[in-house]
Amino acid sequence: MLEIRNLHASVNDTPILRGINLTIQPGEVHAVMGPNGSGKSTLAFVLAGRPGYEVTSGSALYQGQDLLEMMPEDRARAGLFLSFQHPVEVPGVRLDQFLRAGFNAVSKSRGLEELDPLKFDRLLRRRVKTVNVDPQMTRRSVNEGFSGGEKKRNEVLQMAVLEPALAILDEPDSGLDVDALRSVAQSINDLRTPENALLLVTHYQRILNYVVPDRVHVLVNGRIVKSGGKDLALDIEANGYDGYEEAANPTLAQPASP
Amino acid sequence: MTTIAAPEAIPYLRSFESLEQNGYGQHPDWLQALRRDAMDAFTALGFPTARRGNEEWKYTDVGPIARASFRIPTQSCHSESIEESLADRVDSLTDPNWHRLVFIDGCFTPHLSSLPNIATVSNLADSLDSHTPLIRQHLARHTPYASHAFTALNTAFLHQGSFLHLPPETSLDRPLHLIYLTTAAETHTLSQPRTLAVIGRGSKATIVETYAGPDDTPYLSNAISELIIKENASLDYYRLQQHGDEGYHVGTTQAVLGDGAHFSSTTLDLGGALVRNNLNALLDAPESSCTLNGLYLAGETQKIDNQVIIDHAKPHTNSRELYKGILGGRARAAFHGSITVRKNAQKVDAKQEDKNLLLSDKAQVNVKPAFWIYADDVKCGHGAASGQIDENSLFYLRSRGIDHEQAHRLLVRGFANEIIETVGCPSVKSLINNLVKTKLTEL
Repeated sequence: MLEIRNLHASVNDTPILRGINLTIQPGEVHAVMGPNGSGKSTLAFVLAGRPGYEVTSGSALYQGQDLLEMMPEDRARAGLFLSFQHPVEVPGVRLDQFLRAGFNAVSKSRGLEELDPLKFDRLLRRRVKTVNVDPQMTRRSVNEGFSGGEKKRNEVLQMAVLEPALAILDEPDSGLDVDALRSVAQSINDLRTPENALLLVTHYQRILNYVVPDRVHVLVNGRIVKSGGKDLALDIEANGYDGYEEAANPTLAQPASP
Repeated sequence: MTTIAAPEAIPYLRSFESLEQNGYGQHPDWLQALRRDAMDAFTALGFPTARRGNEEWKYTDVGPIARASFRIPTQSCHSESIEESLADRVDSLTDPNWHRLVFIDGCFTPHLSSLPNIATVSNLADSLDSHTPLIRQHLARHTPYASHAFTALNTAFLHQGSFLHLPPETSLDRPLHLIYLTTAAETHTLSQPRTLAVIGRGSKATIVETYAGPDDTPYLSNAISELIIKENASLDYYRLQQHGDEGYHVGTTQAVLGDGAHFSSTTLDLGGALVRNNLNALLDAPESSCTLNGLYLAGETQKIDNQVIIDHAKPHTNSRELYKGILGGRARAAFHGSITVRKNAQKVDAKQEDKNLLLSDKAQVNVKPAFWIYADDVKCGHGAASGQIDENSLFYLRSRGIDHEQAHRLLVRGFANEIIETVGCPSVKSLINNLVKTKLTEL
């Protein structure tokens, strides 16, 4: 489904990703863990096609297509979804209208029926129930005035509506209390099928108690320094990232040169 | 005393004198005296110039208006067949369920109008006899002309216009639409819409004013509205400016609020080559409040200038002001919001905000907030912002499969929606929605 080879990327000419290799098969859940500033969000944004994130070398094949050549909207239409760590507030654009625009754009590119507001409303109501959000939320402006938890749930609602093949979830757990975390994780699990895959980017292990990964990758300083099974996450929870950081960059312990 | 006439005022003075000799002479003496006084003022003032130190006209050069000589339409109105041919145009501007008064090139057009029977709604000229005391009490009393050239010019030719008198504790069942349409029958037409509305104690009304005219021909629309909102009355006021691409518009709206009265105003600017709106709210009694919203959409070389002056004359008054602009092409906009809190007007709560979305590098906006606060226990705040489409938002929408163009459109539309969503009356909202939608496709 996704094959990333030796991916390098920079933001404002600063190299952030320094050779990522990662392969994801349908039905799999991969977790990318790493300390702050290790490049987790950059990886997510590069895969989603955010402007300003420059790929300097390497490749990413998504369902056989060159992902890095595609516009962000074309990636979404091809079934890639990014759940934002910090969902954007869009004043004046109602959530249901926004979702219908996205749904219809994706449907159209797949040769499926575009839905009028009434039909879409019926579909949306079912999704709202699945994800367990307040139905009133869909009448409000996208993320405007939403609490942290509502924003995260809204990302999952969007995922439920768009039914992506590959969902990249950038810290879907940040800022959530235990109950909200459990509920968001439950919704994510409900959306899993044998055909779709998840790339879960997270700082903390706790969400992996609920969304259980097939593979865990430790990202430090722009590189995956270790990959393993779900137990790797427990090791990080117990021992932190320190050991990995030193292994990745032995000069880190020395004072920075001017 | 002789005053030196401003040269650009001379043609208007000639028209005035000729009208005085035939037509105006039959009008009541007090009206003739008022007009003469205003004409004298205009003759002495001439049009304002955007010179240094003239803060009021700092960003708007009305030179093109001063240099062109606009013609006062003759007393005679259009023939009925010409009026009939404009029926579709009028229909396209309104909602068929509303009450309406239609003026074509300044002339009241009864058979295109439909009046409610609950209140006095009529052509001002026809009410001069029946409502003399009320009209004399208010007409031109709230919009001083001695130092305001455009007000003086309008007042000097005051005759036809809209007159609404709502007695106490009555409400208009549906919006009253005042349509001031300029036609291309002649070039350089000067039309001077005039509105006087007295909303009685505890009464409620929705007034929609539409200003419209043809493309490809220069004309000047110089409007004045005086709105008197008595104690505990409430007025929803909409001003839809849809002039043609060479139209000039100067409009002054003065609202005067009584005890516990509320004035809610929405100003929509879509058309015109050069537009200046003066909106003044006088909170003249405790517990009175106003909400003044505006949306200006301009492209090409349009110039739109909104000056909003709120006078908190009494304690416990509050005002909310939100203006938003979307500018494309080489459009220029100005927003000047002035809030005065007079001495002893304690516990005033005032908030002003102006936000602009610039769709092109060549578009420009000048924002000038001004606060004059003479009381010490007040809450006043203001904010101003202008910028381009937010890249984060754009990417967010695109990441959901929405293409760049549609995402852009949704965001621009969303920016305007904040104002549109404040419109309470569904039929007004739907009209505004359609107008904004059409205009946005042109930016």
